[in-house]
Amino acid sequence: MTGYLLRRVGGAIVVLLGLSIIVYALFYLAPKDPAILTCGKGCTPDRLAEVRAAMGLDASPPAQYWEFLRGLFLGRDFPAGPDVRHCPAPCLGYSFETDQPVTKLLTDRLPVSASLAIGAEILSLAVGIGAGLLSGLRRFRILDRIVNGLILAGYAVPVFLVGLFLLLLFCVRLQWLPFPTYVPFTTDPAAWAENLILPWIALAVIQSAAYARLTRAGVQESLAEDHVRTARAYGIPEGRIVRTRALRGALVPLVTLTAIDLAAIMASAVLTETMFGLPGVGQLLVGAVNQIDLPVVVGVTLLTGFLVVVANAVADLLYAAVDPRVQLR
Amino acid sequence: MTLLSVRDLRIGFGNTQAVDGLSFDLEAGGALGIVGESGSGKSATALALLGLHGEARIEGSIDFDGLELTSASEDQLRAIRGAGIAMVFQEPLTALSPFHRVGDQIAEVYRLHTGATRKAARERAVEVLRQVHIADPERRARAYPHEFSGGMRQRALIAMALACNPRLIVADEPTTALDVTVQAQILDLLDEVRTATGAALLLISHDLGVVAGSTDDVIVMRRGAVVEAGATDQVLVTPRAAYTKDLLAAVPKPSPARVIQGGPLLRVSGVSKRFRKFTAVDDVTLDVREGETLGIVGESGAGKTTLSRMMVGLIPPDRGSITLAGADIARRRGRSVQMVFQDPMSSLNPRRTVGESIADPLRLLGELAPRVTIEALLVRVGLAPSHYDSYPHQLSGGMRQRVGIARALAPSPRLIVCDEPVSSLDVTTQAQVLALLEDIRLERELTMVFVTHDLAVLRQIADRVVVMHDGAVAEMGDVASVYDQPQHAYTKELLAAIPVADPLEARRRRALRRAGLDGAGLDAEPLGATQIE
Repeated sequence: MTGYLLRRVGGAIVVLLGLSIIVYALFYLAPKDPAILTCGKGCTPDRLAEVRAAMGLDASPPAQYWEFLRGLFLGRDFPAGPDVRHCPAPCLGYSFETDQPVTKLLTDRLPVSASLAIGAEILSLAVGIGAGLLSGLRRFRILDRIVNGLILAGYAVPVFLVGLFLLLLFCVRLQWLPFPTYVPFTTDPAAWAENLILPWIALAVIQSAAYARLTRAGVQESLAEDHVRTARAYGIPEGRIVRTRALRGALVPLVTLTAIDLAAIMASAVLTETMFGLPGVGQLLVGAVNQIDLPVVVGVTLLTGFLVVVANAVADLLYAAVDPRVQLR
Repeated sequence: MTLLSVRDLRIGFGNTQAVDGLSFDLEAGGALGIVGESGSGKSATALALLGLHGEARIEGSIDFDGLELTSASEDQLRAIRGAGIAMVFQEPLTALSPFHRVGDQIAEVYRLHTGATRKAARERAVEVLRQVHIADPERRARAYPHEFSGGMRQRALIAMALACNPRLIVADEPTTALDVTVQAQILDLLDEVRTATGAALLLISHDLGVVAGSTDDVIVMRRGAVVEAGATDQVLVTPRAAYTKDLLAAVPKPSPARVIQGGPLLRVSGVSKRFRKFTAVDDVTLDVREGETLGIVGESGAGKTTLSRMMVGLIPPDRGSITLAGADIARRRGRSVQMVFQDPMSSLNPRRTVGESIADPLRLLGELAPRVTIEALLVRVGLAPSHYDSYPHQLSGGMRQRVGIARALAPSPRLIVCDEPVSSLDVTTQAQVLALLEDIRLERELTMVFVTHDLAVLRQIADRVVVMHDGAVAEMGDVASVYDQPQHAYTKELLAAIPVADPLEARRRRALRRAGLDGAGLDAEPLGATQIE
């Protein structure tokens, strides 16, 4: 178990290093020069060179990457006019665009994205497992059909369409809800939830379709297994069989998917965040890519990578917890 | 007193009639066997007893201890399941929930039917596990099924059956997936449990040898109908129905000894193979003589499949050498040695036609495989030329194995290695496939290595026998000497465990097993059928 964890951590470090190298390389392949953008109109060659130096772009790409790594683990100093700015480890540099530390940008944005992701996952799981179960048990043929149709619809409809529809219905037509703005949970939990409910629903419409499908398949598969036949032959009531055996079997793949989805929403729910005006990590990334804001792009990419790696490891641990046959080695 | 009375039972699925007019009585404490091949309706009968026949149509009457089960409510049925009638299923690997501890699963059933406290139920679970001879039952009760061996899982299932003191135990092919020595232990256990608890036993099997020693009465079924019924002693010794006679005749029996003149064709010397920490094959040395049939017998994990794969060059040995007519087997692959695999369903590509699959080995050798050649092979193995365009799933198990044989024959090999070629087949189909192999061997002057767990099959087909145990050769010799004067203790144990279709002999062997293994296996001769003829 300890060996397994150590290997996982080692693997994660390798993945993240590789990821940062790829992002750096891609950035230098891009035909745009961020210094020219920062320098602005009426830029002279002298001024441009100055800006380059301030942004740390005058060194060769490998040297820049090396500096970046050093900053990540040891902190680094940036020239800022006559002074020197110290950026403590883990330093991801300063945004070219806003001159704020990237770490601060990320820590500001992460709670927004996390609020979105956690709420959406809880709602998706509740709806998805419920619908999948109803459909998988096949108690009522009609219900199975309806749920199946909804699952397909959920797959087919893009999130911005659902979001737009929800906004129009609840904020414009019925005026039950305010147009979403982010209110921190710590400030006012009720307002937090009220503002997030629409994005949660928008995401859940799509996610829960996948969960429902998985649950439906898992329940049907489990119910056809020999050990369920044994349970029936020993008089165990059907409800108990579904709870302790069929759902348990269906849970195994669901656990993995949930952990990975959670990381995905946290890092890249760009459309949803834009649609509902949520200042999350996804929005940050889109802005940074448009402005060729390298430190922010690398920062967000590393955060995404980190979340995915952690989510996968957590999924594996949960997998072993749910299914006693799985052993982590 | 009659415990279970079935009258004119009919079970239908869609257009097929699985059971068509079955009637029998089972006395309290009695033991009844139902024997038949696949599709005979025996499992459908077992499920119907518990009202678990699902969407099947059911007619007739099933009277259990005064309650008519065909018209009983779901609640009444649920109260009987496990408490009145307990079922032991075929697949011990999958019949227990993988998510729950063995003891908890037994305790759950006990609590459900008796309303006992958690503590009392746990104690009962340990008690019944002890009753089925699971060592250290307190600790084992906390284990998960995947931590049990196949035999232990089947014991655990029997323990579950015992938990609520049922009046009837229904065992549906309880030993089919098990090794022969484990099979004997489980059958002995069922017999012991019946005597100890007074429960009646309904034993369902395709194997006459399984019911012979464990039942008082027997019903022979075929395609949903009763072919013959009566006392086990009488039906299996002096059968009246032609089908029963066929079944008994299909039980493998010794064939006359042959003298093999050939020199060694395949030489296996000092061969070992390890998989991680597990030694599958440990320093095996043997010769396969030209023209003989060498039988390799052993239980699961004995290393016989690994050895057979090394013999055809599919996997390289870690140590030692395997040569065919003097050349390293790795270079002779394909042309001179071919293999017939155990499971014809999974060893044929489901997306390719049968003809294409048979042609594959020829094409791999860079030869033309014209349709006529393949069709001739199909005819040779007893199929029709038109089967060229069939897919594996359209064929029966026996037909698929014939395809497997045709594929092995395609490149005209000198040696064929057959790994459990008949173990998944019904007994009459098995007899036909064995006869086909023997025919082809004679006709093509083939040398054959025949790997099996079934000692009875081997006795019929092999000239010499290698008994493998824990990766090593326990004993090797002519069929007659190994079977009649086994030297190694393990060989004796194996021979004592062979199920025999003669009820008297089966009981005598059980007594011997119970008394310990002294002298058991020395007389492996009677296989039921020999006495009938």
